[in-house]
Amino acid sequence: MRENGALLALPTILWLAILFVLPLIFVLIFSFMSRGRGGVAIMPFTLDHYGRTFGIFFIILQRSIGLAALTTLICLIVGYPLAFFISTRRRRIVQQITLFLVILPFWTNFLIRTYSWRILLGEEGTINGILLSLGLISEPLSLLNTQLAVLIGLVYGFLPFMVLPIFASVERFDFRYVDAAHDLGANDTRAFLRVVLPLTLPGVLAGCALVFIPSVGAFVTPDLLGGTKGLMIGNLINNQFGGSGNMPLGSALSVVMMTIVMISLLVYVFANRRNSGA
Amino acid sequence: MAASPQLLINESAMRRNRLVRRLGKLGLWLNPVFAYFFLWAPILILVLFSFNESRSVASFTGFTLKWYNNILHNVMGAERAFSTEIMLNAFRNSLFVGAIATAISTVLGAMIALAMARGRFPGKGLLDGLLFLPVVIPEITQAISLAIFFKVAFDWIAVISGERVFPGFHTIIMAHVTFNISYVAIVVRARLADMDPQLEEAANDLGANPWRTFWRVTFPLILPGVIAGALLAFTLSLDDFVITFFTSGVGTSTLPVFVYGLLKLTVTPEVNAISTIMMVLSTLLIGISLALQGRSASRA
Repeated sequence: MRENGALLALPTILWLAILFVLPLIFVLIFSFMSRGRGGVAIMPFTLDHYGRTFGIFFIILQRSIGLAALTTLICLIVGYPLAFFISTRRRRIVQQITLFLVILPFWTNFLIRTYSWRILLGEEGTINGILLSLGLISEPLSLLNTQLAVLIGLVYGFLPFMVLPIFASVERFDFRYVDAAHDLGANDTRAFLRVVLPLTLPGVLAGCALVFIPSVGAFVTPDLLGGTKGLMIGNLINNQFGGSGNMPLGSALSVVMMTIVMISLLVYVFANRRNSGA
Repeated sequence: MAASPQLLINESAMRRNRLVRRLGKLGLWLNPVFAYFFLWAPILILVLFSFNESRSVASFTGFTLKWYNNILHNVMGAERAFSTEIMLNAFRNSLFVGAIATAISTVLGAMIALAMARGRFPGKGLLDGLLFLPVVIPEITQAISLAIFFKVAFDWIAVISGERVFPGFHTIIMAHVTFNISYVAIVVRARLADMDPQLEEAANDLGANPWRTFWRVTFPLILPGVIAGALLAFTLSLDDFVITFFTSGVGTSTLPVFVYGLLKLTVTPEVNAISTIMMVLSTLLIGISLALQGRSASRA
């Protein structure tokens, strides 16, 4: 079998080369082609679609990155203490239950989890219903089809991706280091910033990458919760693949999105290396 | 003995430290309360309103099962066309696609995992990257790349053979296999990493040929990993919406694609009821598969 290693790998390599790499190359080529009738790609080559991506669509690109960054930040602020809470439960069973309670909602289909916010945020939804009946507002608030709704949906969708890696990091952390820091004269803030945080940073970095990447490429969340005000780059790409679409433009947008993802992966790898080297 | 600097820290710093500690403790208790509420409230509200007497989702007026009954009798409310038959058909499509995609991706994923763990050939680092990419690439990118690929490929087929091919089960299955391979490979590789390679060497020393060694030693030992990978692949396949949405053809919608069509419309109690049923089903399915995984892992 040792000798046949390459032969054993060959079918899978071929499969991925044809159905993963080749399609991405097609996207790259399409992104430089002109739009033909029905939105298909035709010759000649052009840079128009990149021009539009960084021209009239730049605001949507900015919004996507901004919403993804904000989602990552909120997930970090909510997720870090939560992971800390779970991993510091003394009894094993309590720890398992508190962790399970984070994971369980995610066994539900992503579409349905996102849809549940339409019930809550709608004009005649639960939140407006409660606020109206309490007399706190006289007119229903427009919560759905806003960027806020998209932000809530993204945080809701990806929070466990932040909690789980941080939990794994804090689990490995030896709390005697905190005592040592105190003995050496550090106060709580200093002990946290200089000891706890650096040692749990791998989990934080992994969590940030795992939240940021799917957020920046989100399609379902802004589609179901964002309306036109919460449009993200993923929706823009989707819109190019209908009857009145523009596949080359959609391809260019995709290439830009992939570039953003690759850059954030590189940042992650670099930060991780620096942290473990320090 | 001279007093150490710590003992000379002034009173206000001590008090500040105590305050920080108290606030920290309070925060550490409030945060989980808020977080668990945030995670669970939407799901519980969804379930609750699937049993609500009135169509409203603003207040709960009483318990009923009539929305569940409506689903069984082609009623969607608000004059929306709905067919129980089509929904069940979509569910069957999901199972069909999931089963075939799982079978193919499990074989391909396990093969590449074995090759990576045991074989010696150049370009392994590159292959590592190739296997990692489908996991991190945004779904929408993979979806449109496959849509473009199939379109171009079918155009070429039409030019060469004169026969027009349309997207359908074959395209969905190919797409699902593509994103599943990496996940299967990751799970099987983890299992292989835990395995002692000396067992294979021992079989070899005892005169077993590589083929026999594989089927009598390696395969039984990695089987729990292969099963776990297959279950993960099946779950991902059943759950996928975005990539299926872009690669399915007429009449081959899977359940998530069908449900998406409903969710895009307004909020209706029938949709809440369907969502609740799907939630219960997927929780049961994953629960059972995890239980099986736990059992096979502890037995091995």
